[in-house]
Amino acid sequence: MMYTSRRNLLRLAGAAAFATVALSACGNDDDAPAGETVTADDVTKALTDGGELLIWSWDTTIKPTADAFMAKYPKVKISVVNAGTNADQYVALQNALQAGKGVPDLAHIEYYALSQFALQKQVANIAGFGATALKDKFAPGPWNGVTPNGGVFGLPLDSGPMVLYYNKEVFDKHSIAVPETWEQYYEAAKKLRAADPNVYIASDSGDAGTTTSMIWQAGGKPYTVSGEKDVTINFADAGAQKYTTLWQKMIDEKLLSSISGWTDEWFQALGNGTLATLVVGAWMPSNLVSGSPNGAGKWRVAKMPQWEAGGNASAENGGSAMSVMEASTRKALAYGFLDYLTNGEGVKTRIDNGAFPATTADLNSPEFQGKEFPYFGGQKINELFAASSAAVVPGWQYLPFQVYANSIFKDTAGQAYITPTKLADGLKAWQDASIKYGNEQGFTAK
Amino acid sequence: MTTAQAALVKPRRRRSWTGWQFVGPFMAVFTLVFLAPIAYSIYISLFKTRLIGGTSFVGLENYQQALTDPNFWDGLGRVAIFLLVQVPIMLGIALVAALAIDSGRLHGANFFRIAIFLPYAVPAVVAAIMWGFMYGNQFGLVGNINEAFGINIPAPLGPDWILTSIGNIVTWEFVGYNMLIFYSALRVIPNSLYEAAEIDGAGQFRIIRSIKLPAIRGALVIATIFSIIGSFQLFTEPSILQKLAPNAITTFFTPNYYAYSLSFNGQQYNYSATIAIIMGLVTMIIAYVIQLRGMRKGS
Repeated sequence: MMYTSRRNLLRLAGAAAFATVALSACGNDDDAPAGETVTADDVTKALTDGGELLIWSWDTTIKPTADAFMAKYPKVKISVVNAGTNADQYVALQNALQAGKGVPDLAHIEYYALSQFALQKQVANIAGFGATALKDKFAPGPWNGVTPNGGVFGLPLDSGPMVLYYNKEVFDKHSIAVPETWEQYYEAAKKLRAADPNVYIASDSGDAGTTTSMIWQAGGKPYTVSGEKDVTINFADAGAQKYTTLWQKMIDEKLLSSISGWTDEWFQALGNGTLATLVVGAWMPSNLVSGSPNGAGKWRVAKMPQWEAGGNASAENGGSAMSVMEASTRKALAYGFLDYLTNGEGVKTRIDNGAFPATTADLNSPEFQGKEFPYFGGQKINELFAASSAAVVPGWQYLPFQVYANSIFKDTAGQAYITPTKLADGLKAWQDASIKYGNEQGFTAK
Repeated sequence: MTTAQAALVKPRRRRSWTGWQFVGPFMAVFTLVFLAPIAYSIYISLFKTRLIGGTSFVGLENYQQALTDPNFWDGLGRVAIFLLVQVPIMLGIALVAALAIDSGRLHGANFFRIAIFLPYAVPAVVAAIMWGFMYGNQFGLVGNINEAFGINIPAPLGPDWILTSIGNIVTWEFVGYNMLIFYSALRVIPNSLYEAAEIDGAGQFRIIRSIKLPAIRGALVIATIFSIIGSFQLFTEPSILQKLAPNAITTFFTPNYYAYSLSFNGQQYNYSATIAIIMGLVTMIIAYVIQLRGMRKGS
């Protein structure tokens, strides 16, 4: 169970959505469906009256939080079901929605996938439940992730600001400085290969989530969504080019290992020094601790390498929300738990169980930031995560059909990793295939 | 048909429902689990559900789209190559094994029969995972061999070799099954034919060519048809291996895998049903042609 949940996170790596789509874009009034209104009194009444709630989530911190909640509200009965991890769960959710039966009251949905469910009005717009007032409680990135098209379609559960994890022992052994820019990263990759042919700076066999997050950090904005229907995809902007130029060199010079992520080999390689760095979200530590125990004490966290020396840009990688399903018949009760889970007392329970929060109060609390992690040699890694969270480049948007787009990444861009196809051409093919799908699905894509 | 003829002979006879009472239970189940799903697939293949705009009737548009879909043809071409190369190899090996065991000149024939058949008892998923680990050129057997001998075997999970690697898995899995079909057909050849051949001074190869092969033609045709269907339905092995060879196996690697991807990643249920129906038709036509040809020669 834990293992799968890690795997998911990884996969979604692309995830956290900074949909700055923004309110400004929603000038026309038919954009933001009002949704129903539920007052605080309604919620309180629902909690005291009690009832049953069904939650779908692969996150292992939900269960203990639900237990604590049920102790507080004895009349509420919550069942947490793991219906699969990320994309698998979305399939199950789509099937349940299609069938009109067995739809949960609350579902765990990553930011990159949320706008798809919001667009089809499958998740409830909780703006009228008092959720709008919670805006300032959450970091801006995750908040933008739950507010596509001007509604509020869930509350942030966690976030994944990106950092550089590196194996200090390997860097020290070969006297290589920890890279601060991507140029230095490339040089370090070459030095590592030269010093020890068994060592790679990282593994990458092509992953949609990682690729989009890297482009995000480079300032690229490949996806533009305005209103509900207009979609523009462009993987040739300056930010995307920065990424493809660097990564093409990394691929061509065989500086990247092809070990598939989230496999046993991968965790082994992270533990034994075969893979020297990892550029992913802040949710990684607990996975390293359990997956690569022999790496304990060797790993450290640093700021994500920058595209310009002295820069301070970051991106989100993964991260997810919990949403009230439109089909739920107990929305007030569901919202009561959601509130508790995402910005009430439940956050503490979840942090204690290893979750990385999206609430600013917790991100900035001295207790959270000051925590020392033995696995990372006693480093206060949360400080770096919080700094990364604040440095996320604004303005990123995901497609309203990102789940499908990510599934065909391997058909197109992924080919650059195993054939002479250039990465830039692969991304162009991904763009074309996504546009084609968008138009078939009734969007105006170009 | 027969009722009509019967009616001519005995015009007054009352219609009897006895026959239907016997066939009824079968017909009911057959309709429910076989005809109804096909009818439903055909029905949904005539519609199109979009994320924006909902569901609308589009007639044969999905079929038109499929016939001009490069991904579909790519997948179909791949299974066609697979069929033309893998099936003859697999059936050839199975035939040789069956003839060897049947020849009676093999020590421990029973052991060989069981040993060759055993892979068929391994679930396809397990077989694919097992071979996937062996194929790995980082940590798998291939990687170990490369390291131990300082050689560089081309990556079995790379884009150039992946189809061959899958062919190898499928061959390993199904040689035993086909061998058993051939072997049981060989066992029912009357001994008197062999005795006659011996009296005529025929050698073993002459016996194979003139007695054994003609006698098991039916079994050969059946095995070929099963194998063709199996090839067109290729799904399990690529879907398991795609985690180990993420880019080499695309979402449209085989038509079945394409239908699956369309349905589960893209919610394109209608188009997915269309692909499935077209594949069903293609398989049916090819299997029918083989059957016609095989049987005609036999008679």
